[in-house]
Amino acid sequence: MGALSTPVIEDAPTSTINDDDAGAAAAGSTVDVVVHDLRTATVRELNAALHALPEGDSSRWRVLNPDGTHSIAAGLDRPVTVEIEGPAGYYCAGMNQHATVEIHGSAGVGVAENMMSGRVHVHGDASQSAGATAHGGLLVIDGNASARCGISMKGVDIVVGGNVGHMSAFMAQAGRLVVCGDAGDALGDSIYEARLYVKGRVASLGADCVAKEMRPEHLAELTELLRAAGRDDDPAAFTRYGSARTLYNFHVDNASAY
Amino acid sequence: MCGIAGLHVRDSALQAQLGSLLQSMLCKAAERGTDAAGVGIYGDTSLTPAGTSTVCVIESPVSAAEGAARLDAAGVGPVTFRDAGQTSVFSAPAPTAQLEAAVRAALPGAVLTSRGSSLAVLKGTGHPDALASTFRLADATGYQGVAHTRMATESAVTSTGSHPYSVGPDQCMVHNGSFANHATIRRELQAEGIVFDSENDTEVGARFVAKHLAEGADVEKALRLLCERFDGFYTLLVATENSFAVVRDAIACKPAIIAETDAWVAMASEYRYLAGLPGVESARIFEPEPEVVYAWER
Repeated sequence: MGALSTPVIEDAPTSTINDDDAGAAAAGSTVDVVVHDLRTATVRELNAALHALPEGDSSRWRVLNPDGTHSIAAGLDRPVTVEIEGPAGYYCAGMNQHATVEIHGSAGVGVAENMMSGRVHVHGDASQSAGATAHGGLLVIDGNASARCGISMKGVDIVVGGNVGHMSAFMAQAGRLVVCGDAGDALGDSIYEARLYVKGRVASLGADCVAKEMRPEHLAELTELLRAAGRDDDPAAFTRYGSARTLYNFHVDNASAY
Repeated sequence: MCGIAGLHVRDSALQAQLGSLLQSMLCKAAERGTDAAGVGIYGDTSLTPAGTSTVCVIESPVSAAEGAARLDAAGVGPVTFRDAGQTSVFSAPAPTAQLEAAVRAALPGAVLTSRGSSLAVLKGTGHPDALASTFRLADATGYQGVAHTRMATESAVTSTGSHPYSVGPDQCMVHNGSFANHATIRRELQAEGIVFDSENDTEVGARFVAKHLAEGADVEKALRLLCERFDGFYTLLVATENSFAVVRDAIACKPAIIAETDAWVAMASEYRYLAGLPGVESARIFEPEPEVVYAWER
């Protein structure tokens, strides 16, 4: 971290940061947590410190007073855990690789956009374009996600506890989107091959997106996705949607449209 | 890209802080535009004294003091004024239409930025932080305010291209986005005799809403009509003497967030403008749906 950052090291009980790896907690010991207060240091200092960590570093970080600041914990590529204690701004955890980012508040536009791997969990609502273009990893949103959730998703898994807004999974190419609430207009417009699971109502389907049969392998993968997201929704209550594949090839009947 | 911030106060105890709260929101919004900025303040008794009408102008040919002297001589009663940088503010105990006519006669070439009994619109080109100081925004009081920071796209960086646009009594519009068919609608409105002050696309939206309000529509109806007629991208915040309303286009790619508590309703382009509002941590926060008009009355 050197001169780039001014975080302080504090000994925090693991219980206060919800450590799932319960070994240390069970032993009653503590772990080091690097605390970074965004009212006294900049997001650039925070991100520079996170980017400077050595390969394989799995340290724990707490970000205080985010106040909607943009680009918090963007570009991580170490298996660290970052807890953001409040609402995050645009592009939080963008381009994430390997890291676990917990947002204890809402997230702004483009949370986990272009994520490659790791896990991002929004314990609140997410703004537009959550998980946009992401290739891998798991994005969990406990609340609602607004428009264009999973736009152009390329392999990410997204589980939304509430509703998603209009044009979600627009041009989705790969990955799975699970919506435990309702979906807005034009779900899956121009979809390629992602699988969409919606428990509630779909306001309308986009071009070439259709409801599909839930086969055992779909129930199995949905069960696993819900488990990974820490949810207990009944997989049998969901409908699967995907591509009708009618836009894959040029159809001569459409020639006059060009 | 532009920044929008607005605050509608429900708890009258907060009225004294309207300007300081709005200033903190405006200065955050500066990151979405530094070409120009403006504010519309409702209910500030120093800008819009009780029992008077108030007219604000930009592009005045003379200083605010000289303008006030000319208006005094025009017989609209004792005139009070404020020099707010590029904007001059005049108040007098005369009907709004009389004061407006006197201003147009006394200050040839000046462009009215607002007229009415409860609203003052202060705007100009420059960095929003500097303009907020020129506007003495931190000292402003009142029951609602709107603020805008501009990154110019559809017309030049001029004071007449700055927001808010207030073209009807105590009405105010700020806009993030760009209307695609504004030139067509401008011609239609001009054919009806409506006169424009600028080349700006947002002014067309403001004139369209003002026309429908004048014809008897309420704000919700006027904005639904705007959604039907206008193409393009828009997040709009529209205020009148008694209302505060938000609408977005069907695609809704321009950001908007609304927060609501028992004490206030706030609207902003981004959450971070709201982060300093009292009680925001327990506010009901949501993003407005496309083509749905959200309106609050006082």
